[in-house]
Amino acid sequence: MEIPKSFLGYKRENGRAGTRNHVIILPVDDISNACAEAVANNIKGTIALPHSYGRLQFGADLELHFRTMIGTAKNPNVAAAIIIGIEPKWTKRIVDEVAKTGKPVEGFSIEGAGDIETIMKASKKAQEFSMWASEKQREECLISDLWISVKCGESDTTSGLASNPTVGNLMDKLEPLGVHLCFGETSELTGAETVCEKRGKTPEAQEKFKKTWNEYNDFILKEATDDLSESQPTAGNIAGGLTTIEEKAFGNFQKIGSRQFVDVLTPAEEPQKGPGLYFMDTSSAAAECVTLQAAGGFNIHLFPTGQGNIIGNPIEPVVKLTANPLTAVKMSEHIDCDVSKILSREMNLDQAGDELIKATLRAANGRLTCAEALGHREFVMTKLYRSA
Amino acid sequence: MATDIIIHDEKDNVGVVVIEKIAPKQDCSCWVMENDKTVSIQSADEIPLGHKIAMTDLNEGDTIIKYGHDIGKVVKSIKKGEHVHVHNVKTKKW
Repeated sequence: MEIPKSFLGYKRENGRAGTRNHVIILPVDDISNACAEAVANNIKGTIALPHSYGRLQFGADLELHFRTMIGTAKNPNVAAAIIIGIEPKWTKRIVDEVAKTGKPVEGFSIEGAGDIETIMKASKKAQEFSMWASEKQREECLISDLWISVKCGESDTTSGLASNPTVGNLMDKLEPLGVHLCFGETSELTGAETVCEKRGKTPEAQEKFKKTWNEYNDFILKEATDDLSESQPTAGNIAGGLTTIEEKAFGNFQKIGSRQFVDVLTPAEEPQKGPGLYFMDTSSAAAECVTLQAAGGFNIHLFPTGQGNIIGNPIEPVVKLTANPLTAVKMSEHIDCDVSKILSREMNLDQAGDELIKATLRAANGRLTCAEALGHREFVMTKLYRSA
Repeated sequence: MATDIIIHDEKDNVGVVVIEKIAPKQDCSCWVMENDKTVSIQSADEIPLGHKIAMTDLNEGDTIIKYGHDIGKVVKSIKKGEHVHVHNVKTKKW
């Protein structure tokens, strides 16, 4: 298949391109959710992104919170953003960073004004942003404007055999065209960590991966009551035929095809080294991982599943694929790309990769993903440790 | 011919059952994904969907190769065609 050289996206002020055109109402903290949701309810064409944190966090955990907030609003799938927090200082810090992209952004703080006055002021601004964004048109964008993140979930043996290698095949085909790619799941690479480390393009990237994985493993050894041998693979994994943690990890690892990663990103960090594949240090919990990748600037997500994970994200469309023929039928409303014919050999990996490229481009061009149509908007902060 | 077993990489010494189950002494068709070749094997055990079959005789201490990589060690010798799982293979991690 000849791969299309372009897709229809929204060109942003900073040169990036979006696959969506959201106007977001972003609460800085948990107690500002009510305000943000009221504004989104008042003004059509906006979405609120409620979440559970943002108070009394400190150190690296607070920095991650800011990185996630700022990155989410900076994402090119966001046309404009309203930021609402209880206090002006933290709100302003986010607004100032987002403003550097050139997109419309305005902050509101509730303290001293109360919910109702804040809702009124923010709603007026949100109406202005929503009507402005509604005039934006999709234009032809280079395929290299796609920043594709990947993460698998509810995996079974069909994932390692077929749906993950399908994503790998897509990566092998699209990376030479200059796209940005991102995989994560530090924990689920356990067992394949030394092989993964060698996929680093430079000694620095390899060293960074080793350090990141070791820090994760040290944390597990400190917190765990056993060595994980009872929980990895899970009882369900074993019933499905997975024997060892290494086997599970190498199944997961198929998603990057034969690519090498150029750099290792901290959670929610934006890539700085140009096109290519990046590893991001993330949890393997689906919503947390995708939220971090979206905050890193990725504008479309590929999600292979075996038993049928249903996750979505409010700003980054999640394209799901499965190679499990039962899941493809029983959970068809969640599956954007069915590659189950690989198992019956009616489809090879090359063909499956092409099908996934087509499904990805349709979603990038504006077709709603299953998760979007079903209203999945999981926006989940990663918390590093308890608040003060 | 329908595929009963998929082998990921040419170097793998196990394959994965992709039909509901294979019966003992069943002649199975195996597809090697990496090079698109077809090989055959006769099973020794009943093996369910998603589970592994030994493509060769394996001795205690041997390494199981899947995806072209080391996924664990043999802890009880396995004959070609037998079921490979937690009863005869363990992680090298712990």
